[in-house]
Amino acid sequence: MATAAPFSPDAIPGRPRRVLRHRLIVRVTHWTNAIAIIVLLMTGLNIFGAHPRLYWGNAGSVDQVERQWLRVGASGTMAAPQGWLDVGDRRFDTTGVLGASVGPNNRWNIVAFPHWATLPSMRDLATARTWHFFFAWVLILNGLAWLGHGVLSGRLFRDIVPSARQLAPAHLWHDIVEHAKLNFPKGEAALSYEVLQRIAYAGVTLVLIPTVILTGLAMSPGMDAAWPFLDQLWGGRQSARSVHFLAMAAIAGFLALHLVLVLLSGPIRQNGAMITGRLTI
Amino acid sequence: MILRRQLLTALPAGLMLTGCDALTRNSTAKAIIGSGEQATYRWQRLVGRDGLAREFSAADISPVFKVNGTRAPTNPLWQALSVGGFADWRLKVSGLVSRELSLSLPQLRALPQRSQITRHDCVEGWSAIGQWTGPQLASILKAAGLRDGARYIVFLCADDYGGEASKGGLQSSSRYYESIDLVDAFHPQTILAHSLNNQPLSTGNGAPVRLRVERQLGYKQAKYLMQIVVADSLAPFGGGKGGYWPDRGYEWYAGT
Repeated sequence: MATAAPFSPDAIPGRPRRVLRHRLIVRVTHWTNAIAIIVLLMTGLNIFGAHPRLYWGNAGSVDQVERQWLRVGASGTMAAPQGWLDVGDRRFDTTGVLGASVGPNNRWNIVAFPHWATLPSMRDLATARTWHFFFAWVLILNGLAWLGHGVLSGRLFRDIVPSARQLAPAHLWHDIVEHAKLNFPKGEAALSYEVLQRIAYAGVTLVLIPTVILTGLAMSPGMDAAWPFLDQLWGGRQSARSVHFLAMAAIAGFLALHLVLVLLSGPIRQNGAMITGRLTI
Repeated sequence: MILRRQLLTALPAGLMLTGCDALTRNSTAKAIIGSGEQATYRWQRLVGRDGLAREFSAADISPVFKVNGTRAPTNPLWQALSVGGFADWRLKVSGLVSRELSLSLPQLRALPQRSQITRHDCVEGWSAIGQWTGPQLASILKAAGLRDGARYIVFLCADDYGGEASKGGLQSSSRYYESIDLVDAFHPQTILAHSLNNQPLSTGNGAPVRLRVERQLGYKQAKYLMQIVVADSLAPFGGGKGGYWPDRGYEWYAGT
């Protein structure tokens, strides 16, 4: 495999050396994106608490529940509430996490997501919205900078998008087995992404983040008037809100997996590389 | 030992959370974060200044148009007008105008009417579709004549509103009002609606007349209109931020 390490002049074979793994623009956009995604997730969960129901179609409200497919709520008494999640006709008991959770004052909170998952920690739609939209701008501008650099430099296709050879079933299977054994790439191989990593990174950056941005815009009545295709792309504003939520959940899932794999593959080494750009191989 | 371990894990998370909450109250942070609203306002004016909100078909109309905010004003003046079938109701138009107006319901109905089936998007997240009918705000403003310096159209309502627990944040009661810029004021879909789904407005939906400014969220659609003031500044009204909800931390430009 011809992976050209950017800085590998006259390396002495077998001797560890420091190489440039992540360029400055990648490091800056990575951490800006990390902050934006976390703030957007936590403020988004606070916003959801103002109306913890999801619908399909253009419209949907407590007076039009036939469009509803998901709902978070609570029943019982304030002293002993039961939190639940309804998905279609199925009800899941989520007491302690969704619907009813214990607040910082050790009392029950009747709110969709618990205080530790939301920003601000208590119900505050106004503040959560203002923060959400500021960091939405950060996410969009930062994403465009990353994408622009990736496309113009060709690194997007070289480093992120999986190649046809990598997507061959045998190769794919090999990488799945290596991941399952927690055998992470070493030496020269650590200087480029393997296929599962590429699928995950391309999926998040080229599919999920564009989806949350487009569905987010589709919830804006001003943007729907400016660009009428926005909400119809998803089958209506309430559908866009549902897809926004599902894509958010997928991004949160990626984030959790990403953090676990960083921990398993050497958190100091990996974070060091994403901060300084340098990796010893 | 157990206590120490709990402290070690709970402390950083706790510090981070209280740190973030404190940051949301810091005035410098508020100013920086609040700049996002200006960016959104300018962007939407740039790409969609003349854009029209989607108009739906009769089949799309929501079976029940959800009532939100004030359900029935407690203001005795409004209650007396309501009892009288709003025969004595007058919409005053004042401020930076050449001619002050005082319009009755029959006068509003006598103006050229616009009927539109649009989607109402609440800041909370839900939507409802209804058919609104009434004169365009532009024709009333043209009749009054805007004077130099006019920048905002302010809508004064009859209802005192106490807020909503589901939204959280600051809760306090005061007279409802709203305001829009001249771009939205002269937009063809900005109307003073007296009818919803071909029926006179119900009490819950803002009788006798409410504003429809279709490219913004529900809280801009001021109900129980009493007076329109053309102004050069929002400072003299309410808390000075241009609306009941903007005074409580919500964006004045509610296009998102």
